[in-house]
Amino acid sequence: MLNNQGRPTVAEKTDSPVGSIETFTGNRGLQIEEPLLFEVGSLDNCGVDLAEMPKHKNRLGVMARDSDIGLAGLSEPETMRHYVRLSQKNYSIDTGFYPLGSCTMKHNPRLNEKMARLPGFGNIHPLQPQKTVQGAFELMGDLSHWLMRLTGTNAVALSPKAGAHGELCGMMAIKAAHKAAGSKRNIVLVPDSAHGTNPATAALIGYKVRSIPASDDGSVSVESVLEVLDDDVAALMLTNPNTGGVFEKDIKKIADAIHKAGAYFYCDGANLNALMGRARPGDFGIDAMHINLHKTFSTPHGGGGPGAGPVVFSDALAPYAPLPYLRRDGDSWHMVETREGIEDDSHVPFGRMVAFHGQMGMFVRALTYMMSHGSDGLRQACTDAVLNANYLRASLQDIMSLPFGERKCMHEVLFDDSFLKGTDVTTLDFAKAIIDEGFHPMTIYFPLVVQGAMLMEPTETESREALDQFIGTVRNLVSRAKAGDVDYFKNAPVLAPRRRMDETKAARKPVLRWSEGMEG
Amino acid sequence: MSQTYYSKDHEYIILEDKVATIGITDYAQKQLGDIVFVELPEAGAELEQGGEAAVVESVKAASEVYAPISGTVTEVNPDIEADPSIVNQSAETGAWFLKMEVNNVDDLDGLMDEDAYKSYVEGLE
Repeated sequence: MLNNQGRPTVAEKTDSPVGSIETFTGNRGLQIEEPLLFEVGSLDNCGVDLAEMPKHKNRLGVMARDSDIGLAGLSEPETMRHYVRLSQKNYSIDTGFYPLGSCTMKHNPRLNEKMARLPGFGNIHPLQPQKTVQGAFELMGDLSHWLMRLTGTNAVALSPKAGAHGELCGMMAIKAAHKAAGSKRNIVLVPDSAHGTNPATAALIGYKVRSIPASDDGSVSVESVLEVLDDDVAALMLTNPNTGGVFEKDIKKIADAIHKAGAYFYCDGANLNALMGRARPGDFGIDAMHINLHKTFSTPHGGGGPGAGPVVFSDALAPYAPLPYLRRDGDSWHMVETREGIEDDSHVPFGRMVAFHGQMGMFVRALTYMMSHGSDGLRQACTDAVLNANYLRASLQDIMSLPFGERKCMHEVLFDDSFLKGTDVTTLDFAKAIIDEGFHPMTIYFPLVVQGAMLMEPTETESREALDQFIGTVRNLVSRAKAGDVDYFKNAPVLAPRRRMDETKAARKPVLRWSEGMEG
Repeated sequence: MSQTYYSKDHEYIILEDKVATIGITDYAQKQLGDIVFVELPEAGAELEQGGEAAVVESVKAASEVYAPISGTVTEVNPDIEADPSIVNQSAETGAWFLKMEVNNVDDLDGLMDEDAYKSYVEGLE
């Protein structure tokens, strides 16, 4: 069966071992019902034999603890099983399809991990003498080169540790530039569809946020920017492609208008996977942009570790880029750590974002991803990511609803909930039913500009077979919702380790601490 | 004699003399879903039309409530801060957010009356 786009419509059946047997243990076969750490052992057990304390004088005086410390007491195998069982409950990109919009959940090649564990990268210390880490510096230099080439810029700060940290870095550089020019501008423009971190970043460093409404087609128009642009505006923060998966086609004109008004243009680079190797943000006229190494260059959601959010700068902002940074002196590299170490008088860093130098492990993984793909491979990955998102769109648009019409999307496709109208099934119910089918649901209720939003980002990772399986499943669920099987959706998920949480109670009366005898 | 106005941002304004009682509409409450947190300004705060007046957080989203008119806050509703679920139960019948002394009653001219708001909401659905 094919839809009107010639795409398959039914999920391939798999044999499901699902039954309704009640077990004595509460376990479902090898899916173990794991209690909390404190409920596994007992407080007076100790997993290791400790030698008798040598005689010592107690110098703590009244500060000495006179009650039990209350740590869970478990043997080593109990501890091991506890954490392994918990880790097996985790759904990850290594487990299955993970179309969480705006998160770029792409596969993390294992080569990255091998490289990150090389002793010269994995076992170095940030306080080591610089001459002993020249290889690591060279890698950071190469990574900088790739980032600048991909974005069409001439300066990069590697140290920010995540996307929002990068935003903060870029906005602090903008603030420093205004301060240096004696400007008292205090407004930052942010479109309705922005990631929530954008207005939060602006507010954090003391700017007032003025929002720009999205046009009917989901993008930001030059006119709507001009309407709110005045002499008080310090910067515009814009994501491209935006969170609706739409390319901001007026971006160059918007950048020109912003610059003409004496403001700077901060671009949120969270969706760089849709541009990588295809378009250079520097050519749009950006002044600063963070790059989520842990999205665009694999290791999504930190890949189990930290993220990294380097920031590229335009020539106008480069002088304000933060410390520390690398300088090449002949054949060797030098990390400039302090203002005193700066040789070029025109460089006036706004300060420093981190104690050390950023996330080395993520630098290695990102550069490995870049070098193993090559520039042509990155371009292909970007193209495939957009193709996959459009495959989802074309396969689902006849039965779901697109808020901005049937036009091509970029790396992610946004649906609204109007196709569920009259069914009593909400976006949340629909997402919960997807869990029972063994997929991580898409992003829901974001962006806020769309009613009951469902944002799907398949990335280039997925094969056509994987996409077809997901598409078929979603289509079956849509049919079920339209057929009036509301209870099925209201009860979902029934096959997950836990049923549906009471999100309201969790928010209104959160229980943040375990205590003995508490009710689960 | 009081008169009720509605804004496009789904606030209601009940005006008595120069004192306006402001809250969010039943439609807004339904759209937000279960409300879990409300942050109100302090009495004495001066609000500007279109500026941020309060914050409402639901299980779905955090939203700002914009001041539909300019004026000075005279009183806020402590009950909805203590138990935000009241807003879901009685958005337009008791769960008011704040009262303010209106600077200029003419500010209200651009707002809708009940019938106009009803058809505005119908247009959104």
